[in-house]
Amino acid sequence: MKLNKIKKDLNLKILTAKKFLDNEVKGGYTSDLLSDVMANSKEKYIWITLQVHLNIVAVAKLKELSGIIIINDRKPDSDTLKKAEQENCPILTTPKTAFEISGELYQLLKGI
Amino acid sequence: MTEKENVLTREFEIKGKDFSRAGNISSKIKEILQETGISNSIIRRAAIATYEAELNVVMYANKGILYFTLDPDSIRLKIDDEGRGIKDISLAMKEGYSTATEEYREMGFGAGMGLPNIKKNADKFKISSILGKGTTLEIFFFLNNSGAS
Repeated sequence: MKLNKIKKDLNLKILTAKKFLDNEVKGGYTSDLLSDVMANSKEKYIWITLQVHLNIVAVAKLKELSGIIIINDRKPDSDTLKKAEQENCPILTTPKTAFEISGELYQLLKGI
Repeated sequence: MTEKENVLTREFEIKGKDFSRAGNISSKIKEILQETGISNSIIRRAAIATYEAELNVVMYANKGILYFTLDPDSIRLKIDDEGRGIKDISLAMKEGYSTATEEYREMGFGAGMGLPNIKKNADKFKISSILGKGTTLEIFFFLNNSGAS
């Protein structure tokens, strides 16, 4: 599924790398522990987290994730946004909780 | 940088506490490996191990050097740091054990997964440490068999 469809259907706001809404999303992973995401997320997954600091971009890049969804309306740091733009990493935000947005994304991806 | 007889070596400096550049070395190594045609599964494992090793130096040491060696048979990483060292290595290797500060935990580090992740992803892993001096990791990936998980 394209990132653009997920953005529209889940009402996400995109903050960076807007040219990459065409990214393919094959799955999702929800976690706030960076090592957990390094160990268990997969290529082309979208990552749901409350973390907003710079290092989330490095993790997303290394794991070749399709994007990051930041929950609870948290605002990424300005250097996070800058780095994400440089690295072509789409950062999206939602006012919803990790539980709600993960559930919605799961349903959407599984076609429930 | 030196290159002779199909051996590629690189040295990278890691600065303690410098979170702004954490992950850069792993990205660089991943790029180098992607140019060589090494299988993606090995590259993925090497990238995870490098990232965890890099972050350990950033979080727990004053500074460190990562030595990268690629030859036709293996990828070798050696990370030498100057820092507090590890008091009890078997405890540090235990999943879930961490000495990270509250601040680091809030950032999503200090899950106690770093060293276990490195070991899990490597084909061979060695660790030694002198308390108050520093820690040395040696991480190997063998290119001619699929090795560890």
